[in-house]
Amino acid sequence: MMKKELLLGDEALAWGAVNAGLSGVFAYPGTPSTEITEFIQMHPVARERGIHCRWSANEKTAMEAALGMSFVGKRALVCMKHVGMNVCADAFVNSAMTGANGGLVVVAADDPSMHSSQNEQDSRFYGKFAMIPTFEPSSQQETYEMIGAAFDFSEKHQIPVLMRITTRMAHSRAVVEVGEPRPQNELKYPEKPRQWILMPGNSRVRYKTLIEENKLFEQEAERSPFNRYCDGPDKSMGIIACGIAYNYIMENFPEGCPFPVLKLSQYPLPTALVRRMASECGSLLIAEEGQPVIEEMIRGVLDTPLPIKGRLSGELPRTGELTPDNVRGALGLPAREVAPASQIAQPRPPALCMGCGHRDMYTALNEVLHEHYKTAKVFSDIGCYTLGSLAPFHAIDTCVEMGASITMAKGAADGGQFPSVAVIGDSTFTHSGMTGLLDAVNEGSNITVVISDNLTTGMTGGQDSAGTGRLEQICAGLGVDPAHIRVVVPLPKNMEEIRRTIREEIEHKGVSVIIPRRECIQTAKRHNAKK
Amino acid sequence: MKRDIILSGVGGQGILSIATVIGEAALKEGLNIKQAEVHGMSQRGGDVQSNLRISSAPICSDLIPQGAADIIISLEPMEALRYVPFLSREGWIIANTTPFVNIDNYPEAESVYAELRKHDNVILIDVDAIAKEIASPRAANIVLLGAAAPFLELGAEKFEEGIRSIFARKGEQIVEMNLKAFRAGYEYAQKHRR
Ligand SMILES: Cc1ncc(C[n+]2csc(CCOP(=O)(O)OP(=O)(O)O)c2C)c(N)n1
Repeated sequence: MMKKELLLGDEALAWGAVNAGLSGVFAYPGTPSTEITEFIQMHPVARERGIHCRWSANEKTAMEAALGMSFVGKRALVCMKHVGMNVCADAFVNSAMTGANGGLVVVAADDPSMHSSQNEQDSRFYGKFAMIPTFEPSSQQETYEMIGAAFDFSEKHQIPVLMRITTRMAHSRAVVEVGEPRPQNELKYPEKPRQWILMPGNSRVRYKTLIEENKLFEQEAERSPFNRYCDGPDKSMGIIACGIAYNYIMENFPEGCPFPVLKLSQYPLPTALVRRMASECGSLLIAEEGQPVIEEMIRGVLDTPLPIKGRLSGELPRTGELTPDNVRGALGLPAREVAPASQIAQPRPPALCMGCGHRDMYTALNEVLHEHYKTAKVFSDIGCYTLGSLAPFHAIDTCVEMGASITMAKGAADGGQFPSVAVIGDSTFTHSGMTGLLDAVNEGSNITVVISDNLTTGMTGGQDSAGTGRLEQICAGLGVDPAHIRVVVPLPKNMEEIRRTIREEIEHKGVSVIIPRRECIQTAKRHNAKK
Repeated sequence: MKRDIILSGVGGQGILSIATVIGEAALKEGLNIKQAEVHGMSQRGGDVQSNLRISSAPICSDLIPQGAADIIISLEPMEALRYVPFLSREGWIIANTTPFVNIDNYPEAESVYAELRKHDNVILIDVDAIAKEIASPRAANIVLLGAAAPFLELGAEKFEEGIRSIFARKGEQIVEMNLKAFRAGYEYAQKHRR
């Protein structure tokens, strides 16, 4: 029986996966992908069926665990934000070589316009690079249907599938018709065990097969129901619209689009469909969310016989999300008449919550550094505490990618910097900080590491943090001298003690770790409400 | 039938519960819905907005085109101003009058009201005061929903049903409180529309 639900794109994906017989989701939180795993964690069918849904320590461990589940024949889902693809890239790219056994789908949620991200990278690039077929839904309903199709594809062709979504679809609700769950797979081992052992002899054989099979994947894309060629009377321009870009084009033609449109939602690029459009139309417009991946492929470096318009040619903006407004020029439509923007509305940037422990940590750190160490540099990391870069704190010098605080502080110290301070969150530390700390311990680097522990993954809404309750043990296990692992409680009344601790540990020649620990006030509120 | 709605406010004020009630009412009516939300970074005391589109015809874009919104519903006056380029010429602005001042350069409240009043169809309403008086400060967003309801083409009873089903699990008292808040906002708008 079908029922209608108002679902986020993320939730439609999650529900579709559960109904496709999912056995496990493996993920590390990251906007805009977090709600996929959270939905499965809350879903009654998931609980009934014992679907794995605990958070992983990072995207690489998630990807590898899912590959293991696929190896034993079960359907596994991996979810992450786009930059998570960089973290799991080694596992992801090599999973094309092993292939999949049980269906394996990797979801990358891209964030064009960088609403809550460090960059605008386009995950379709990874699909092409790894030679892994890529699906890109255009609506919430299509997402629901596509995830099931992606699992079927993965099992039919014994290959992982990448599913690329973007912020606007992930975080937008629509009415979705959902069906009934199918059973999970039974345990079943790979029929071609050799390609799971990637030694050169096996890999050379497998790589040739993978290249051959990509021709088959392209044929699948040519006849995929998700790729649709809709003819139109005005052949002066043909439009290739990828993923949700399709919606912005159609929004501007309520009576129907006069130009031929190729709606593209499954790759590798179906080149026969592209050639057909090129042979029938006077020019091509390529509308894609994110980077000009398809535009670059079609354009190449040599002159094409027909004009190609898109993000590279300037008809569409080179950066940022597409909108129903910024595609109008490329469609030959005039800009809409709009009221001018208000001159008095001021920007309102996000800030650390009032009463947050990170605030007290930064207040103490700033006081010590301003008073005693004018040359100090503070290498920070990604999380709520990155907001320490804004007023009134201006407390950090860098924020790059998960874990970079500790290793950059080490490298700076190696280069003669003193004091070299790292500020990292508890979840970021267990995601990617531990190995860097081991490097620092092995060399006795003169750095001071602040692990600002709010007992949760705060930035993404308060998910469990992998090392909660064990941070001192982890640091000691990695070889930090227990005398220089110091725990403080970040509260205004403890300022004196915190300042003294920071001062002492900066003066210690070698690795020290300071752990200011107090629960995130947002999760604390929720815990109190439950009591 | 088509309504393009921009909901705005400051992170933590509760614009998404307004969206949830409208969405529930529209779902019961069998309408098409798209509702783009803001999650993540922007929630921590920053500006937040949601594009809510309901229509009897299929909806393409998750985002509302500029100059096309039928209504801006804002829990904060300056946050209503931020989205005026999206408002259609006949569109309505329904905004709370209580400023949320968490930045140094917040403009004079009077100048914010003056700029809002330049638009033809505006209702400024102190939802915090009304909520405190008749229900509970927590129901301020539902007072605002009530004030917007006459312009949403859905019928007050549909929203009341929506409120009942969404707050049902919190108990009859909470349901009644929110219904009271909704009706107070609704009456205010009926009295003050020009
Ligand atoms: C590779 C990667 N994965 C995920 C994210 C998303 N992300 C940014 S910060 C963060 C959580 C940080 O948690 P924690 O270190 O505990 O700091 P808090 O926000 O709690 O202060 C996450 C999951 C990211 N930016 N990059």
